[in-house]
Amino acid sequence: MDRVFGEITTSHYVVLSALIFAVGLCGVVTRRNAVVILMSLELMLNGANLAFVAFSRHHANLQGQVFVFFVIAVAAAEAAVALAIIIALNRVKGGVSIDDATELRG
Amino acid sequence: MGTGDGIGIQLAFFAFSALAVGSALLAATARKIVHSAFSLLATFFGVAGIYGVLGSDFMAVTQVVVYVGGILVLLVFGVLLTDRIPDEFRVAKPRNYLPAVVASGLTFLGLAWAITGTSWARLPHVLRTPAEAGPTTERIARSLLTDYLLPFEFSSILLLVVLVGAARVARGGTR
Repeated sequence: MDRVFGEITTSHYVVLSALIFAVGLCGVVTRRNAVVILMSLELMLNGANLAFVAFSRHHANLQGQVFVFFVIAVAAAEAAVALAIIIALNRVKGGVSIDDATELRG
Repeated sequence: MGTGDGIGIQLAFFAFSALAVGSALLAATARKIVHSAFSLLATFFGVAGIYGVLGSDFMAVTQVVVYVGGILVLLVFGVLLTDRIPDEFRVAKPRNYLPAVVASGLTFLGLAWAITGTSWARLPHVLRTPAEAGPTTERIARSLLTDYLLPFEFSSILLLVVLVGAARVARGGTR
């Protein structure tokens, strides 16, 4: 079989998931807008899910995919609650920059 | 290791990877928040495509339905509700840019070092091509309603609580 790019192995998928995770991490720590931080968090979750599905195929075992199903359910719940908090923050502080939310700082 | 992924699988893997990583970079660095939201759309589709390449059809569809149809719409609503019109062109300047890039780059390099240093072929594995593995929906549904019935029911309770709690928090007031 003709291999132009070489074989796609499990490590390809896991490196891709690490890359998406790192990009999300960079977004979480650099951005100021709470909504963009939430988006970057979803990126990190996607990277982790990708690793789960890759290992699920590596072991020919569906447990990893079932776990991804629960991760997606929790991610949806997290996004809903976080957006509710962001909307409340916007109402109280008049903005969604995380620099506004420093009430708990000592 | 693999039993011969065809050239189509290889092309699909690299195309979806490029789509996912490129739009993820754009989402994390775009100056306008709406641009971030729409690049995230491409990232979610790219990751769904990778799930398809991996042969997990159910997860690919779930990714599109929940992330694109649910979470992304929620995020766009969040952007529209909190980004005031005069501030639409306000650029949210990233801060601590260099340390953050170095830190996340080191995280990636460390993970990649661990991943490439692992001899995957020696781990117990049964890597199968998507065509061999067959559809996964029925098997996932079966295990959700047998082995994972309790977590499944807990996740439904979680979603109900979140529905009530999010409405309460977003509505505000002290009542």
